[in-house]
Amino acid sequence: MVTAGSPVGYRARFIFGNAVIEIQELYKYYGDRRAIGPLSTSIAQGEVIGLLGLNGAGKTTTLRVLACDLLPTSGTVRVAGLDVVERPDDVRAKVGYLPDRPPLYDDMTVREYLGYAARLRNVPNGELKKRVGDVLELTEVGTVADQLIGSLSHGYRQRVGIAQSIVHGPELVVLDEPISGLDPVQIMEMRELVRGLRGAHTVVVSSHILTEISETCDRILVIDEGKIAWSGTETELSATLKQGMRVALTVRAAGGSSQATADQARAALGTLDGVREIEVLEPAEAGDGIASLRVAVTRDVRDAVGRRLVEAGLGILELAREKELESMFLQLLGEGGEQSGRKRRKKKQAEADASAAPAPTPVESSTSSKEPS
Amino acid sequence: MRALTIARRELYAYLRSPLGSAIIAAALLVDGILFYWQSGIEQKLLSAQVLYQFFYNASAPTMGAAILLSMRLLAEERQSGTITLLNTAPIRDRDIVAGKFLSAFGMVTLLNLLTFYMPLMLHIRGKVSFGHIIVGYVGLILLGGAVTAIGLFASSLARSQVVAAIIGLVILAPLLTLWIVARAVDPPLNSFLMGLALHHENYRPFMSGTLQFDRVVYYLMVTYFFLLAATKVLEARRWR
Repeated sequence: MVTAGSPVGYRARFIFGNAVIEIQELYKYYGDRRAIGPLSTSIAQGEVIGLLGLNGAGKTTTLRVLACDLLPTSGTVRVAGLDVVERPDDVRAKVGYLPDRPPLYDDMTVREYLGYAARLRNVPNGELKKRVGDVLELTEVGTVADQLIGSLSHGYRQRVGIAQSIVHGPELVVLDEPISGLDPVQIMEMRELVRGLRGAHTVVVSSHILTEISETCDRILVIDEGKIAWSGTETELSATLKQGMRVALTVRAAGGSSQATADQARAALGTLDGVREIEVLEPAEAGDGIASLRVAVTRDVRDAVGRRLVEAGLGILELAREKELESMFLQLLGEGGEQSGRKRRKKKQAEADASAAPAPTPVESSTSSKEPS
Repeated sequence: MRALTIARRELYAYLRSPLGSAIIAAALLVDGILFYWQSGIEQKLLSAQVLYQFFYNASAPTMGAAILLSMRLLAEERQSGTITLLNTAPIRDRDIVAGKFLSAFGMVTLLNLLTFYMPLMLHIRGKVSFGHIIVGYVGLILLGGAVTAIGLFASSLARSQVVAAIIGLVILAPLLTLWIVARAVDPPLNSFLMGLALHHENYRPFMSGTLQFDRVVYYLMVTYFFLLAATKVLEARRWR
C-alpha cells in the first residue's frame, strides 16, 4: 500500500521548525472503535494540503482534532507550536474551521453573522468592520451581505462558511469537503477561492474526490482507516502508480471501417514494448474509418505510440493520457478499482463483529453508523 | 466578554423569532387571567393576600416559560450544526453556557418585569408595601433563573428541542414535588427533602415579602449546580 520513496507521514523537507501542524502518534477512539491512529505527519507553513480519503477513512475526525472541536484520545497535536490539549483556546484563535455543514445562523444576515464570528474570535472592535469588509470582498459575498443567510443558495452558504473561517486572520484554515454539493461552476469558483487563500494561510482541505484535491493542493495526504497511507504531490502519485496509466487514442484510416482501423491500430501497438493492454472503444467521433482505443501502458510511452501509429499509416486525431485519478486512488488503497473502501470496511467490520460479538444488537449497529468519519 | 457576545446574539434570536414572543405573550396572558381571577370581583381578599397569590400564580408561567425558552439553547445549535462555530472559537465552555443562560434568563426576567403593572395597581389601589413587591419579584426571578439553568442543562443533553423540554420537565417535576415526599417520611429526612424542594418551602417566604438569605443562597446554588453540569456536559463531548 505504501510505496517506496514516500515515507508514511513524514517528508524530510518539512522540518518541524517550519511546521504549522505537527502530529505525532495521534489516536482518536469513539468508544471502542478506532477512528484514527496511529497518525503522524507534519505540515509546513503556507502549504495547501489535501486530505484525501474515502468516506469513513478518518478525515473529518482528523480535521476536528486540528480545529480543537474534538480532543485526541492519545498522541500529540501541535498547531503553530501550541498543544491542542494543553492550550486549546490559543490554538482555536489560530485556526479557522469550515465543517462539512457550514455553521450558519439562518436568522442573521451575512454581515451580522461574520461580525459575530469575528467577535467570538477576539477580533478587536476597531478592526471588526474592516475585517468583515475584507472577507466579504475576498469570498465574493458582498452582494448578499445584507441578506438573511437562510435565503442564500448552497454555493453562497459555502462561501459564507469559508468567510467565517478566515475572518479572524488565522494561521491555519481547515476546510472539510468545501465543494460538497456544489455545481460545476460553483466548484470552479470554490477552487479559485481556496487557491486564493494560499500564502496568507496554511490550508488543509479534505475531500474524497482526488481530482478536486489535485487541482487545488500542493501536496496530498491519503488517509485510509485512520492512518496516512501515502503522502506526496499528484505527479509523485502518478509516478508511483504507473500501472494505472492509460492512453486514450482516436485514429483514422482512409477508406475503411472503424473495426478495420481498430484492428490496424491494435496490430501496430500490440508489439510495442511497454504496452500492456489494448481496449477498443466506441468511436469518439462519427465518420468512416475512425476508431477509438484505450491503451494501458507500464510506463510513459506516448511518444512511441504516436510514432508507431504514424508508421502504420494511421492519422492521429487524439492522443491523450487518461488521468483516472480516482482509479489510481483506489489502487493506492489496495482496492484495485474493483471494490469501494466502504464495502471493504463493511466486510471487515462484519468479520470483526462475527468474531467478537456473535449477535450484535440493532442499537449497536445504528450507533456505529452514525459516528462521524 | 465572549459570554456577552453570545448572550446578545441569543437575545437577538429570541426577539426575531416568533417563538420567544409567543412564549412571553402566552405567559403574560396566563398571568393576567390568573391575576384577574384571583383579585376577583366576587372574592373579598386583602390586597396583601392578592399579592401573595399573584406571586404564587406567576411562578407557574415563569417556570413554564423558562423551560420553553431554554430548551433551544444548546439543542438547536447541535441540531443545526452551529455548535461547531462556538466549539472551535477561542471561548471556554463555561462562557458558552454563561452566554446562553444570560440570554434566556434575560427573557424570563423581561417576562416578569412585564407583569409589574399588576402589583403596581395593588400598590396604588390597595395597601401593599413596595418592599413586599420587590421581594416577591426577587423570588420570582431567582426561581426563573434556577429553572432556566435546569432547562439549559437539559438542552445540553439533547439534540432535539422537544426532547430537551421533556428532560427539563423530568428534572423539574421531582424538585417541585419533593415537599409531598417530605410529608410522608420521618425526621430528619423530611426537613432535608423539604429544604430541597424548588417551590414550596423555599419560595413561600418571597411570596409573603420576607427576604431570607438562606433561600436566596438555595436558588443561587441550584442555578450554579445546573450551569456547572451543563458546562461539564459540553467539556465531556470533546473527549467522547
